[in-house]
Amino acid sequence: MEDSCSMPAGAVACIVERQDSILTAGESRARIHCADDSLAGSVSQRACVFCGARVVLNPVTDAVHLVHGPIGCATYTMDIRGSLSSGSELYRNSFSTDMQEKDVIFGGEKKLALCIDEVAEKYHPPAVFVYATCVSGMIGDDIIAVCKQASIRHGIEVIPVESSGFISGNKVVGYRAAAEALLRLIRPKEGETIEKTKKINFLGEYNLGGEKWLVERYLREMGIEINVAFTGDSTVAALKRAPSAYLNLVQCTGSMHWVATSLERSFGTPYMDVNFFGPENTAESLRKIAAFYADETISQRAELLIEREMARIRPELEKYRSKLRGKRAAIYVGGAYKAIAIIRQLRGLGMKIVLSGTQTGKQDEYESMGRMLSEGTIIIDDANPAELEKFLLEKKVDVMVGGVKERVLAYKLGIGFVDHNHDRKDGLAGFDGAIRFAREVYVTTCSPVWQQIRDPAFREVHS
Amino acid sequence: MTDAQAAPVPSDLPRSRQVSENQCHMCMPIGAVAVFKGIENAMVLVHGSQGCSTYMRLANVEHYNEPVDIASSSLNEKQTIYGGEANLRKAMDNVIRVYQPAVLGILTTCLSETMGEDLERIVSSYVREKGISGIDIIPINTPSYSGTQSEGFWAATRGVIAYYARPTQPHKRINVIVPHISPADIREIKRILDCAGVSYTLIPDYSMTLDRPYEGRYLKIPPGGTSVKDIAEMAGAPVTLQFGTTCPEILSPGLFLEEKFGVPLINLPLPIGLKNTDLFVESVEHISGQPLQDAFALERGWLLDGMADSHKFNAEGRPVIYGEPELVYAFSMLCAENGAAPAVIASGTKNSLVAKCLSSLIDTTDEPPVILEGADIAAIEEAALNAGSNIAVGHSGGKSLTERHGIPLVRVGFPIHDRMGGQRILSAGYRGTLAFLDRFTNTLLETKYATYRQKIKEEYYNTGGI
Repeated sequence: MEDSCSMPAGAVACIVERQDSILTAGESRARIHCADDSLAGSVSQRACVFCGARVVLNPVTDAVHLVHGPIGCATYTMDIRGSLSSGSELYRNSFSTDMQEKDVIFGGEKKLALCIDEVAEKYHPPAVFVYATCVSGMIGDDIIAVCKQASIRHGIEVIPVESSGFISGNKVVGYRAAAEALLRLIRPKEGETIEKTKKINFLGEYNLGGEKWLVERYLREMGIEINVAFTGDSTVAALKRAPSAYLNLVQCTGSMHWVATSLERSFGTPYMDVNFFGPENTAESLRKIAAFYADETISQRAELLIEREMARIRPELEKYRSKLRGKRAAIYVGGAYKAIAIIRQLRGLGMKIVLSGTQTGKQDEYESMGRMLSEGTIIIDDANPAELEKFLLEKKVDVMVGGVKERVLAYKLGIGFVDHNHDRKDGLAGFDGAIRFAREVYVTTCSPVWQQIRDPAFREVHS
Repeated sequence: MTDAQAAPVPSDLPRSRQVSENQCHMCMPIGAVAVFKGIENAMVLVHGSQGCSTYMRLANVEHYNEPVDIASSSLNEKQTIYGGEANLRKAMDNVIRVYQPAVLGILTTCLSETMGEDLERIVSSYVREKGISGIDIIPINTPSYSGTQSEGFWAATRGVIAYYARPTQPHKRINVIVPHISPADIREIKRILDCAGVSYTLIPDYSMTLDRPYEGRYLKIPPGGTSVKDIAEMAGAPVTLQFGTTCPEILSPGLFLEEKFGVPLINLPLPIGLKNTDLFVESVEHISGQPLQDAFALERGWLLDGMADSHKFNAEGRPVIYGEPELVYAFSMLCAENGAAPAVIASGTKNSLVAKCLSSLIDTTDEPPVILEGADIAAIEEAALNAGSNIAVGHSGGKSLTERHGIPLVRVGFPIHDRMGGQRILSAGYRGTLAFLDRFTNTLLETKYATYRQKIKEEYYNTGGI
């Protein structure tokens, strides 16, 4: 069976049509084929539009998240993220209209309206997000109309999320649906003016493992307040104050660039890209933010903070670097911004990147990724297990960074693994996160387990 | 499918509300996936949007800690409007190319069912036009708006048997049909059969495909699973043992074999619990004609000894038991026979005979349990609180029972995504029953020993007494 995949070394796909989605850095000037629908039957690691919308909106803590469709969509995304809340836990519930055959035949609008009524009466949420799924989209339920009526009925926001899964296999399309929903939520009422403040919005930050809170500490120390994060530990009321911000920070570019440009258009709020993964990225981002305020005190505080934190973490990072130097790493994650940050962090630990890929990267992002990587590194878009296995073995990878589905694959091959997914429990951002990340890379790459399970003496006995 | 609705047991808490709040069940295709993972050299392809297969992979990977590859026809907007045949054909091409399966299960989803895709026709024209030979492509309908993973599991098992079974020379191999249980439980059932010296065809057998020893390799299709040749000969078996007392007749694989080929069906509860395991062993004894008392005397004796040792602790348990009907029934009987009278018994599906099966339990207990069918976790939580449950038995979906209400959870069933080793949880046979019982008792003890000093102090000292 393996023979079907044992092609000559180099970037060769198992399926011919996948060939253009795999490049070798330095060898080829070709453009990578990306940002397209997944190839049928290729066993893509991607999810769907609904998934994209759900992960972006789900951290809104005091909203009800109601999935309009048959049960699967809701059950597989129940409490799916490691986003933390300082207040309401309502967002952790998974509500579904649980469409039955009769709803599919006769339409699900009536049931949807009843479900909204039930959750509104039971929980009195300030907002209900109603997610469209394949089936509700396919049968043409008018969720916009149902939401509008329900909103009037209950005097709360009932926001349709147009996330029918079949629109595309690409999560990015779902990010856009979520962005539309957020913009709808924060649109000021007619005649309402929102006073500008000096606070900032933090877009594309989901408070996994308290990451938003950590960055908030840094900013507070510099004298800057966060208005609201999109959407980690956010509330409906706080999101509605988004137009008052002085500046929008954009972290997860895949999910939030579009929101940032819309906010700039509508409210004149400028935005900048930031990234808090890795100590250098964190320091650069803090400096950029300080520079934007053009306030000497803020810049001075930022420098003090950076100096203090760098001095604190440097010896510890050095300890891990000495153990990890020269180890070979593979990266396969959802978005390119994350991949690029991880490349930098692993490099900082003295490691060599031999494979880097994403589910949803775009052309320009792959180009900047390619510029960072050394010759011979495999760059891959929308990979499948067969391809990942092939390159993990060929490139003699010591550790992989990825999501849940990649984890078991790595372990089966006796390769270390770092969880960098949407349901992780530990914060990896900021200076503290940099140490946590380095430690995780170290404990898995250098675990005593690998030596034991690879011990040939054992194999001889048992084979 | 209306047998369950006709069941005599009234429910204290019918889910009259429309909204489902935290789901107790999954969708039909994921049950069918497990079945195809238990067929030798099989791969499975889901005809729907990309998300369906990825979610099912995720749920399986987290539970089994094994790569569980599921292909998708990755339908997008255009195909949804104009038909998904071209995508499905391309998907079959690619799966066959990369995985080289001998069996390819094709499952529908809500989307392809709503589109009205004619799977039988698409597959047969594909096979004809491409001149496919040596690969059996088996379409199964699994629209998740018609059932849960339990129905999907039975439908696929029945579908696979119906695809292969042909009138055949009578032989001595018995049929054994298992529901959605852990690989460890399947292995235990096989061990008992092996000890008894009977030969058998067990289906679906994912005991080695979804729980593999470390071998330093990722196998696209791991070895193991029920062989197609054996399935074809199931029609000639002397008898079928099916652990499917809650399985509705219309989905029953064993009933299919009985009605179509005259193979007598013995429908048994899962061998989880003393009496249920006795039933299994007695049936095997009866079939083989060999006395088995001695073979299992030690294991059974240890279980009896364990039951005696822990009975007073277990008597303090008021369990809420939820999940797939076949498991729920078996664990309810186990708890009851150990004096831990079930307080709430719940399943996410509406299409099962679990309520009917439980009628004897209800007649014989002082405080009859609340029985919920088609339940969600919110309804289960509410019922558990009303009934004063102090321990839960079920899958990880009910973790909120612990998080929100402090009711500890003994994890069994599918999915287990917040603890390690879902694939290894053993509850079947005398050994498995004892292993479960210890987990159950110790969970009660852990709570008791962590709280009793404070509790008694609160009650008799701090409040000042009379």
